[in-house]
Amino acid sequence: MSLLEIADLRVSLGGSAILHGVTFDVAASGVTALLGRNGVGKTTTAKAILGLYASAGSIRFDGRELIGLPTYAVARLGIGYVPEDRGVFSALTVAENMRLAEPRDRATAAYDYVYELFPVLKHRAAQSAGTLSGGEQQMLAIGRILLRPNRLLVVDEPTKGLSPKVAAEVAHALKEVARTVPILLIEQNLGVVRTMAGRSVVLDTGRVAHRGETRDLLANPVLTNQLLGVSTANGVSS
Amino acid sequence: MTTLVLLTATGLGLAALYFLVASGLSLIFGLMDVLNFAHGAFVSIGGYVGWTVADHLSGTFGLVGSLLAGIAAGAAVAAATELAVIRPLYGRPLDQVLATVGLGLAIPALLQAIWGADSRTWLLPGWLAGTVNVAGAHVPTVRFLLIGIAVALLIALRLLLGRTRAGLIVRAGVEDREMVTALGIDVRRANSAVFALGGAAAGLAGVLYGLYQGSVSPGDGTSLLVFAFVVVVLGGAGSITGTAVAAIAVGLVQQYADYASASLGDESVVILLAAVLLLRRRNLQGRPA
Repeated sequence: MSLLEIADLRVSLGGSAILHGVTFDVAASGVTALLGRNGVGKTTTAKAILGLYASAGSIRFDGRELIGLPTYAVARLGIGYVPEDRGVFSALTVAENMRLAEPRDRATAAYDYVYELFPVLKHRAAQSAGTLSGGEQQMLAIGRILLRPNRLLVVDEPTKGLSPKVAAEVAHALKEVARTVPILLIEQNLGVVRTMAGRSVVLDTGRVAHRGETRDLLANPVLTNQLLGVSTANGVSS
Repeated sequence: MTTLVLLTATGLGLAALYFLVASGLSLIFGLMDVLNFAHGAFVSIGGYVGWTVADHLSGTFGLVGSLLAGIAAGAAVAAATELAVIRPLYGRPLDQVLATVGLGLAIPALLQAIWGADSRTWLLPGWLAGTVNVAGAHVPTVRFLLIGIAVALLIALRLLLGRTRAGLIVRAGVEDREMVTALGIDVRRANSAVFALGGAAAGLAGVLYGLYQGSVSPGDGTSLLVFAFVVVVLGGAGSITGTAVAAIAVGLVQQYADYASASLGDESVVILLAAVLLLRRRNLQGRPA
């Protein structure tokens, strides 16, 4: 069963067409990976879902059309967004970043859940977010959004630029989150994709080039080489 | 020594005016990326509305009434401007500049049509019209009123930005407006509030400028706006503390230079701006200008 249905999605930026009719679904549970080489339109797709880019076509979330809605209204429908650049407010403290994201009827349980996933956020509550390490900023970006009543998370490159140890921590936390909230995951690290995503959609030059089970995709070195530019032969993945 | 005290008091009085005008300008630009060239017109409207109240109500009662009326007029006109002029032009910065420049020219012309081109004399209450002896210098009492109100506004703005959710939204919006909306927050409401708040401060500045000069004239806001823009560039858009520091620097440099040579006052501000931008390529807070 699909929670998010994207059909013939087209986006142009600065007069250049970036997405040329992207069509795919995101399941109502688990993790769906959105893959592809750099510049094929993955982040553009995420931003179009959030209403951050003007788009044409159709994006239906639980049956409701999102195109034309302002970003805050899309977020209030329950779509949480963790952007590629993390989007933490560096001049604000960790606690202030979290306070900004919390809904009016904030539940202490939500904070407990976030602190259980990322204890460092509790210890660094009074610290300016701009002084956190890259990994801690990513934890803040994810932890902050988890305070909201999400029905879908759109997470863009959560392990980008992180050390293997921190990337594994972040991936582990996202796997925990995915038990209760479906995730559309944009990720270049195929090791993370392999352990998290049951289904994958691969974009190529603004179009969907492949859809299917992640294990089938990653087991096919010809396909991964052709679509992602990496080899997964002998079980090796980046 | 007395000259130094007098120059410093006058410089700080001017700094207070610059801060009042520039703080709103800075928040509006920082949060909304709107270069509001109509901001000076809000100053002029506040000045004339305040003068009208003071003209009808004498003494301290008239003074308080004129301050409140100036604040209300500035806030109301700014809110209407945001709603009718700025909001339909979001994402079109050039059109916003053209629209606000037009408004900034039209409003003083309208004020001139209503109240005439000649300046209107503002009679201060007795207690405000005198001087205070500071280290032998007779500093006009009104200077202390200006400085006191500016300090109060600085404290109030810092409390608002630092202690309230609305302030949190403004501070976050200055940094990354897109991400604030992605957290489910309607930034347009913050935009309207900041525009009205900036207009209120500008209207207040208009009244205080009238008290400072002892008169109001249609071009008051425009003349203050030039220096306010310099303060915003030096202080950093969206930074209230930076705005305060820059306002003090500009006010003092202008007064000291003016004393050295009557023609140097305004030029010194331009030289200060050029020096900071060229030599440090940073504003006074050390951030890229």
